[in-house]
Amino acid sequence: MSDVSPQAVVIGASAGALEALTIILPAVPADFPVPLILVVHIPGDKRSVLAELFRAKCQIRVLEVEDKEPLVAGTAYFAPPNYHLLVETPKTLSLSSDDPVMFSRPSIDVLFETAADAFGSALVGIVLTGANHDGARGLRAISDAGGQAIVQDPATAFAAAMPEGAIARCPGAQVMPLDAIAAYLQKVVCA
Amino acid sequence: MSEPSMVEKVEDIEIRLLLEALYARYHYDFRGYAMASVKRRLRQALEQLGVPTISSLQERLLHDRDMLPQILGYLTVQVSEMFRDPDYFRAIREQVIPHLRTYPSLKVWVAGCSHGEELYSLVILFREEGLEDRTLFYATDISQEALEIAEAGVYPLDRMQLFTENHRRSGGKSSLSDYYQAAYGRVSFDRTLRRNVVFSDHSLVTDAVFGEMNLISCRNVLIYFDRTLQDRALGLFKDSLPRNGFLGLGAKESIRFSDHAGSFRDFVRTEKIYQRVGK
Repeated sequence: MSDVSPQAVVIGASAGALEALTIILPAVPADFPVPLILVVHIPGDKRSVLAELFRAKCQIRVLEVEDKEPLVAGTAYFAPPNYHLLVETPKTLSLSSDDPVMFSRPSIDVLFETAADAFGSALVGIVLTGANHDGARGLRAISDAGGQAIVQDPATAFAAAMPEGAIARCPGAQVMPLDAIAAYLQKVVCA
Repeated sequence: MSEPSMVEKVEDIEIRLLLEALYARYHYDFRGYAMASVKRRLRQALEQLGVPTISSLQERLLHDRDMLPQILGYLTVQVSEMFRDPDYFRAIREQVIPHLRTYPSLKVWVAGCSHGEELYSLVILFREEGLEDRTLFYATDISQEALEIAEAGVYPLDRMQLFTENHRRSGGKSSLSDYYQAAYGRVSFDRTLRRNVVFSDHSLVTDAVFGEMNLISCRNVLIYFDRTLQDRALGLFKDSLPRNGFLGLGAKESIRFSDHAGSFRDFVRTEKIYQRVGK
């Protein structure tokens, strides 16, 4: 367990994301001390509705990212459709139109790897439900940099492939159901 | 917080030095680019070229001129779509074109044209709207290879389904297939689309204003710049536009965070189309 207190939380989710995030995000208190940055796989040609949807349900601020958005505590940042989301140093978010990674844009791996570069051990990475293997490589990068790796218990996931892939690539990850992840964020990040 | 991250990581040092070398030796300036993307692209270059470290890539870059186009390829090229974000082109067609119609002659600048998808989209749109004959298009990029591909106007056939659908959704008044011929898995766009186009090497980082424009379209180029460099590029656009001139950016780009925000007003807010104010 790292003794560095986290400066950011990154979350990746795919199939079944809406239901899973509905358990985690509304529970996050308004004074949450760090930003949450999220990649959720969504069809590229659709206008994203995620930020609007969760804005109504959450105590924290919820935004869809525009390029060079500064990171602020108590805010959830959703990747826009059809762009990769990256963390820059100093701590801002940038977007890219580079090729999809493992058929995904936005890609969870891209967010996680750049976040690991920017935050090092002061980062919590969470892989939730999904039907592909995006996020596994990124979670490993977070873990290798000394950050906290968390995976939704595949047995409780709408689609198990993504959490299973993440656990296989990152065996040291803590595996827990959604309500425990919500509690973890309160306890560890807010401590 | 006492973090070892106060010490610059070896890879970050290597990247900084490589970009210095690229500038000192060849005058391509990527030093103000958004580093997370540069880092990803350079890691990709290492993997695909079979080079162990960025330092060794730097050595090859300095001593072997043939490495330059390859490295530029990794750092610059992005594949776009024709009529990417159809609503943007619909807004140009329905809201910007009526203003442009009132001018006897027009200049349009596609800045960072890459392989030309956005350029051809605009030329076709202007032809459909009957404005092509009075318009001069400038298509600029820093990559000579990209410019050559743009000028050739040849694309893989398998992309045409997407391009055609985008064109239709943008309010296209003709069939996209009117403008190209297919052969051997590729399509070749009609050479007459290029009769009013000037292709030119131009850098938003190091070059200056070269003319007064009525419309500048620069989509998903500024996202690769850091804030300082974005300000420089937006300053060029500001100085290239007369009052009421138009600037179109990518769907998730914004002038909100820029020093030049006050020089523009929202024209079509949802599509990131701005109009120059003042002067």
